[in-house]
Amino acid sequence: MKKYIFKRVLISLATLFVILLVLFILMDLMPGTPFNDEKLTQAQKDLLFAKYGLDKPLLTRFFLYCKNMLKGDLGVSYAINKNFAVSSMVKDRLGISIAVGAMAMTLGTVLGLVLGILAALNHNSWIDNLCSAISVLGVSIPSYVCALLLCYFIAYKLNWLPILYNVEQPFISLILPAVALSVSPTANIARFTRSEMIDVMNSDYILLVESKGVRNWKMIISHVLRNTLIPVITVMGPILVNLLTGSSVIEKIFGIPGIGRLMITAIQENDYNVTIACAFVYCVMYIVVMLFVDILYGVIDPRIRIAKEDD
Amino acid sequence: MPNIDHEFHVDDFEFAHSKGERLIDRNYSSTSYAKDVWNNFKKNRGAFIGAIIISIIILMAIVGPGMNDYTYKQIHGGQECLVPRVPGLEKIGIFDGYHNGKNQYHEQEADDVYYWFGSDTQGRDIWTRVWSGTRVSLIIALAAVVIDIVIGMVYGLVSGFFGGMIDSVMQRFAEIINGIPTLVIVTLLGMVLPAGIASIIFALMLTGWIGMERIARAQILKVKEQEFVLASRTLGASKFRLIFSEILPNILGQVIVTSMFSIPNAIFLEAYLSFLGLGVPAPMASLGSLVSDGYKSMTTFPHILIIPVIVMAVLMLCFNLFADGLRDAFDPNMLNK
Repeated sequence: MKKYIFKRVLISLATLFVILLVLFILMDLMPGTPFNDEKLTQAQKDLLFAKYGLDKPLLTRFFLYCKNMLKGDLGVSYAINKNFAVSSMVKDRLGISIAVGAMAMTLGTVLGLVLGILAALNHNSWIDNLCSAISVLGVSIPSYVCALLLCYFIAYKLNWLPILYNVEQPFISLILPAVALSVSPTANIARFTRSEMIDVMNSDYILLVESKGVRNWKMIISHVLRNTLIPVITVMGPILVNLLTGSSVIEKIFGIPGIGRLMITAIQENDYNVTIACAFVYCVMYIVVMLFVDILYGVIDPRIRIAKEDD
Repeated sequence: MPNIDHEFHVDDFEFAHSKGERLIDRNYSSTSYAKDVWNNFKKNRGAFIGAIIISIIILMAIVGPGMNDYTYKQIHGGQECLVPRVPGLEKIGIFDGYHNGKNQYHEQEADDVYYWFGSDTQGRDIWTRVWSGTRVSLIIALAAVVIDIVIGMVYGLVSGFFGGMIDSVMQRFAEIINGIPTLVIVTLLGMVLPAGIASIIFALMLTGWIGMERIARAQILKVKEQEFVLASRTLGASKFRLIFSEILPNILGQVIVTSMFSIPNAIFLEAYLSFLGLGVPAPMASLGSLVSDGYKSMTTFPHILIIPVIVMAVLMLCFNLFADGLRDAFDPNMLNK
């Protein structure tokens, strides 16, 4: 198991390194410069390039950036907030994005599990059909379309909740975005829980438990659910990550000052350092979540642990 | 041995079917795999309806833009934001061009003008734009399927079939690619590349094949150890023959099912990019760009938003139902679940 974790961590670090390099190359290929002011002459631009070290070759800049990053320095912003440290810009915005993501994920997990378990327990009844219909619908509608519909009906027509983010009522204004974001996790988790649970309920060991006369609810809680949740945890990783990256559009619709919006603004303004930092933060979140889920999976499921030790 | 205190009598037993009931002897003819799949698929009502609606939408994407005289980029000054009006239907009170109690067409002095789905903020016909947008979205989806099959399947095939060193190198590479979040890389690529269908397809190409690669590899690892492959190998079949006539036909079902799931994904990615303003260039329409245009006038003229949203949602829903049904049909273990 230790060898396996070590291998996974190593691959993750290599991935991060490659991603950073790819991001750097992409930035280099991007049309335009961060200094878009038309009043600037070529000489002034050259001076600015020299000041920020942008005139050096790509690889030199890349290794310099890596070195600074290890010290926690992500460079300065060129266009959005001139000469402001990127690390503090990112830090300010990350909290709110994580708050929305966590709210949506909690909501999605709880609802998804409830729907999935209900459907599996009432397999092939109208409850099952209803839950399946809800989850197919949830998978099919992009989260931002849900956001638009929620905006239109709940915020605009009924006027129950604010449309745009309000700094004074952060929690209330985050409800709609969180609901919109939670639709796809709910649907995915519900579908997966249902099919896993039906599998488990049809297995031989549950037949054995049943024939030993264990009472119904006890059987479901301590035998069926425990075995259902293990695979469900594995899909939660990718779902969480999709939710985090998908949130940039939601942040745009509701005007939430989160990291996704910062990235979009930075891309539009050609602000290299901010773009790289935001994209990199997303990648780090993604890889950390995937790594965590992979290791967690091994820890909670002895069968996987043994298989991986042989690996 | 338990003691049996029971003694059997003659009348404890009777012949089955001796009471004159008819015995129906069913005759099952052997069916081919393809026919089996088709029979399973037909039983799934949702998937069948999904397939029919997809066909209708595809048909509309082909003929829809040509059904009236408007083009997708023709701007009609003075006829902005008209609500839908359809000849015939207007008499029964729906699609009659009334907005807030006033006949918009009458006020614009355009009594003999009909926009079936209304017109947008620049006076363009939404009917034509929606169907040509559907066409663009479907082209992107089709490209996604081809990419999935070509790159993903070939990669998984090579990696799984040859194994050993080749496999480990290819798998490490795939793991690294898999570590890059799709939306982030697609957003950045959308910035670097010139706006257009080709760029969106290219962005999909970079990360879209990973899921397929995993499935194809897992399937091949399973199939290549089976006896019929061993038999073929013993008979001296070449690697080429092993791959193409022994292994490939046996994993094709899984591959097709997986590629079907990539269609809604591609439509979603295109819509996402359009929403960030990185989609197809301006006068051109796609479902995503129509939704993001409509969003700006959502509160005043909701029809501009709602029509493309409905088409997109129905399309994604049907593709999901269709792919689900196909999966169940190819893999009967999933049936009755």
